[in-house]
Amino acid sequence: MHFSIQNILFLLVALAGFGLFAWQASRIRANVLMGRDRDVSGDVNDRLWKTLLVAFGQQKMFKRLTPAFLHLIVYVGFIVINIEVIEIMVDGLFGTHRFLQFAGPAYSALTGTNEILGALVVVAVTAFWWRRNVNVVRRFTGSEMRAWPKMDGNIILYVEVVLMVALFLMNTADLKAHQLQNLTMPGSFPVSQFLTGLLPDSVPMLHVLERIGWWSHIVGILLFLNYLPSSKHFHIIMAFPNVYFSRLIPQGQFSNVDSITHEVKAMMDPSYPVPAPATNPDGSAVAPTPFGAKDVNDLAWTNLLNAYSCTECGRCTSVCPANLTGKLLSPRKIIMDTRDRMEEKYNEPLLFNPALYGKEAKHDPQEQLDKENHTLLRGYVTPEELWACTTCNACVEACPVNINPLESIIEMRRFLVLEESAAPNALNAMFSNIENNGAPWAFSPSDRFNWADELFVADKKELEVRS
Amino acid sequence: MAEQTAKRPVSVPVMADLAARGESPEILFWVGCAGAFDDRYKRVTRAFVRILDHVGVNYAVLGKEESCTGDPAKRAGNEFLFQMQAMTNIATLDGYGIKKVVTACPHCFNTIKNEYPALGGNYEVIHHSTFLQQLINEGKVTAQGGESFKGRRITFHDSCYLGRSNNIYEAPRAVLEVLDADLVEMKRCKTNGLCCGGGGAQMWKDAEPGNKEVNIERTEEALATLDGNAAALENLQGVQSNAPAVPAGAGSANSVIAVACPFCMTMMADGVKNKEREQNVQVFDLAELIASAEGLNA
Repeated sequence: MHFSIQNILFLLVALAGFGLFAWQASRIRANVLMGRDRDVSGDVNDRLWKTLLVAFGQQKMFKRLTPAFLHLIVYVGFIVINIEVIEIMVDGLFGTHRFLQFAGPAYSALTGTNEILGALVVVAVTAFWWRRNVNVVRRFTGSEMRAWPKMDGNIILYVEVVLMVALFLMNTADLKAHQLQNLTMPGSFPVSQFLTGLLPDSVPMLHVLERIGWWSHIVGILLFLNYLPSSKHFHIIMAFPNVYFSRLIPQGQFSNVDSITHEVKAMMDPSYPVPAPATNPDGSAVAPTPFGAKDVNDLAWTNLLNAYSCTECGRCTSVCPANLTGKLLSPRKIIMDTRDRMEEKYNEPLLFNPALYGKEAKHDPQEQLDKENHTLLRGYVTPEELWACTTCNACVEACPVNINPLESIIEMRRFLVLEESAAPNALNAMFSNIENNGAPWAFSPSDRFNWADELFVADKKELEVRS
Repeated sequence: MAEQTAKRPVSVPVMADLAARGESPEILFWVGCAGAFDDRYKRVTRAFVRILDHVGVNYAVLGKEESCTGDPAKRAGNEFLFQMQAMTNIATLDGYGIKKVVTACPHCFNTIKNEYPALGGNYEVIHHSTFLQQLINEGKVTAQGGESFKGRRITFHDSCYLGRSNNIYEAPRAVLEVLDADLVEMKRCKTNGLCCGGGGAQMWKDAEPGNKEVNIERTEEALATLDGNAAALENLQGVQSNAPAVPAGAGSANSVIAVACPFCMTMMADGVKNKEREQNVQVFDLAELIASAEGLNA
């Protein structure tokens, strides 16, 4: 153990890195909690099981095999390589060198696996880059994929390559320094053993290079950690709570609005006791919440959590029947808009604050957007998008992390209809048909049973008797 | 032919009459607005009733007392109207002590099954695809003695509100299997099924500006699947599927797009018409196919 100024420096860097991340996480938590309350208690076993399958098990990724395998490499690499990050943290704090080496063969297995995964990560990330920049996969395009989301996608890939290069630099320099001194290097290095020729033959130089690799890797990880909250890459953390808190009920089941239930019950039964309106601690009435959602704080907090879990992969949009047929609706845009609006209205992210980098860096400013009336609805999402939805749940089914764009769409439709009476005329006609005729079409209720007139069935018993 | 005269009238039992006699049916057949008013879907209602009558199921309908479940209002955001409809219907159903509901409409099915309980309406709700599957499993329906579908090409179009919404994928396929037809799957099927374009209250309004109607996209996929036109299937966007394209050969003469939803029926039938393929491709509901195969039409 060589305790030195390096360890104190490392302690300060690590504290700064984790502290900054904790501060960012608390600001995002506050944003999410601006949403309406939703009870997600209970069903713990079902929720854990779902989290195990969908989040840890990547179950829904495997609907598309190529990206599923590429993503699996990076995901497993992330988890396994992070075991070595624990070692780096301990070494950094206590001046040990590769303290896990006491594990012997297990340490060789760990370092060997890390090296192979590290190399595979570089391959997978290269393939990802290719899919984003050269042979562009269609779902990585679209009106919401503006300059910032595109750049974000590439930054993540570059950082991952830099981290892997740092890891290999550290291992290769360490390995070669040991070899030159005829020392036994703990661990197994199936990739670095082929890279030693690239480094100089001087032991002091190799020690410096090993330190550069070590520091780049851990500082890179701490910087990347603090990049996450501004990025779509935040999904590597948020996917887990998002899946845990996602719905357990059938996808077709829409929520009931309780305040409306009280009103309707009171209309049908005058003796129904309507609960007294909520009051503030000082006794004044709480301002009634609107029906549906006009802005982000009218959505449930789980819908806001969705927005921080989205990695903008576009699977939702690529299966949306409206989007496939050229309509404006893109479920991914609804989710990205929700995040942009939260970051505009409440705590902004550390990087790429829309106010600092200009709207065009993040968002597609559509002409039809009403700049004065700046809320999620109309400020970001237009009624035209909302009315194109067929509520088919394809987007919900497609999302690998159980984001539900449909809930947000329906909440905004509710605001349009119940607060603004702004449904398309054809739908208003449908509503009045239901009110007046008990059917969405303009038929007389007295004709409802006409289908049964002059109805005959072949009498098969009679036929058998005859034959 | 003599056989055609061997028919008997079906007197559809109405709940109010049964209640007046102090009787209660085993199941209530929820007809739905499309089943009651849409000329095309009335044929599905009649086919399903022929099956119920033939099998001797103890059933009833609400007749003129039935009213819209509120599904289109709810999907369009009109929660107030939905709850008015729901509570009116729940009062009617509970007034008759209904325990079990069967319906041929996935939208009615989803609404009554999933959304009525929170408003106090608790029933066992079964979609007719599941009900027909049960009749087949019990041997009460054999699909013998009527029109033969043997070797004819059939593709089943999943309804969103049956499939993704309620995870019913196998029942309609099990019903079709009894026909001994050549069942082919579209690339976008089951969980990846493409919407017909009619859900979410789209049925009652024009589509937003775009470059294609959803039902045309879906009909093109269905036709290419029935035709075994691999080239046409290559152009599909969205879901990637590893399922091989159906080989060309049998062609689509006399083939069928099977549906289990009134909106899908309208959308797919309009699509086939738009593509001018009505002469060799027909759109049928499961109940119609079974009633024909069973020889119940009269």
